[in-house]
Amino acid sequence: MKFKLFLILFVLYSQSIFSEEKKIDPNSIHKNLRCLVCQGQTISDSNSDFAQTIKLVVKDLINEGKTEEEIYSFMSDKYGEWIVFKPELNMHNSLLWILPYIALIFGGFFIFGLIKKRQ
Amino acid sequence: MQKATKVLIILFLIFVISIFYISLNRDTSYNTSSLINKELPEFEISFFNEKKFYKNNDLKKNNYTLINFWASWCAPCRTEHPILMKLSQEKNLKIFGVNFKDKKIHADQFLKELGNPYAFIGKDINGKQSVRFGIYGIPESILINKNLLIMKKFVGPLSSDDLSQIVEIIN
Repeated sequence: MKFKLFLILFVLYSQSIFSEEKKIDPNSIHKNLRCLVCQGQTISDSNSDFAQTIKLVVKDLINEGKTEEEIYSFMSDKYGEWIVFKPELNMHNSLLWILPYIALIFGGFFIFGLIKKRQ
Repeated sequence: MQKATKVLIILFLIFVISIFYISLNRDTSYNTSSLINKELPEFEISFFNEKKFYKNNDLKKNNYTLINFWASWCAPCRTEHPILMKLSQEKNLKIFGVNFKDKKIHADQFLKELGNPYAFIGKDINGKQSVRFGIYGIPESILINKNLLIMKKFVGPLSSDDLSQIVEIIN
């Protein structure tokens, strides 16, 4: 009896997890898309005609079952990488992504060296 | 150690200045050159007057097609209209007009007043189809060949220079 109850609860819980995973918040996508006809605004912030259309297209793409990455890829394909605020890691922007970590490691070594020297 | 610190600081400053120099000199304006020779995206644009749809295959019948996004409320569309009228006389080219977020009555009036350069007209009432073409404002025009490859994209109203370029490409 306990096992059956556990099984039912497990199935219900896993279903709720999977259904949560499928949900994509359109607003989080809007916040990462640049309004190309505005001054530094996101699609989420803008009420421009362009932003309204992009919101409709994002909604359609979500309904088609596209993932967040697929939606960004679709937009980048149409308007260039400039439309996405957080660009994907590629050859051209690899330095941008890697540099903070390099700076952190070198900074760590530098501070470590300084402390050791003082001691 | 002090010497190494100085070298590191100088290298860091050179790096920061270089990054600023490159970033400030970079052209961030929308560039259409990456679209050249790309295939036209799949689309389904409804007829202006009927409940039918234009699809990619419909444009394969023409040697060259100029897809022009326009609306009666768009002032620059009026400016480029005489250029479109001239282009409509070219034998090698058909112009596909996509009426963008417009009311049919106003669009009809616009064409009645200025002439109809379009071999066929479609409509994109909510602008969603135009996103497939990477349109973000109108007027915009895309010149494609028989194989549906993009030859050139024009952002903004067509000028006489654009007219010469199009004529040169299609002949």
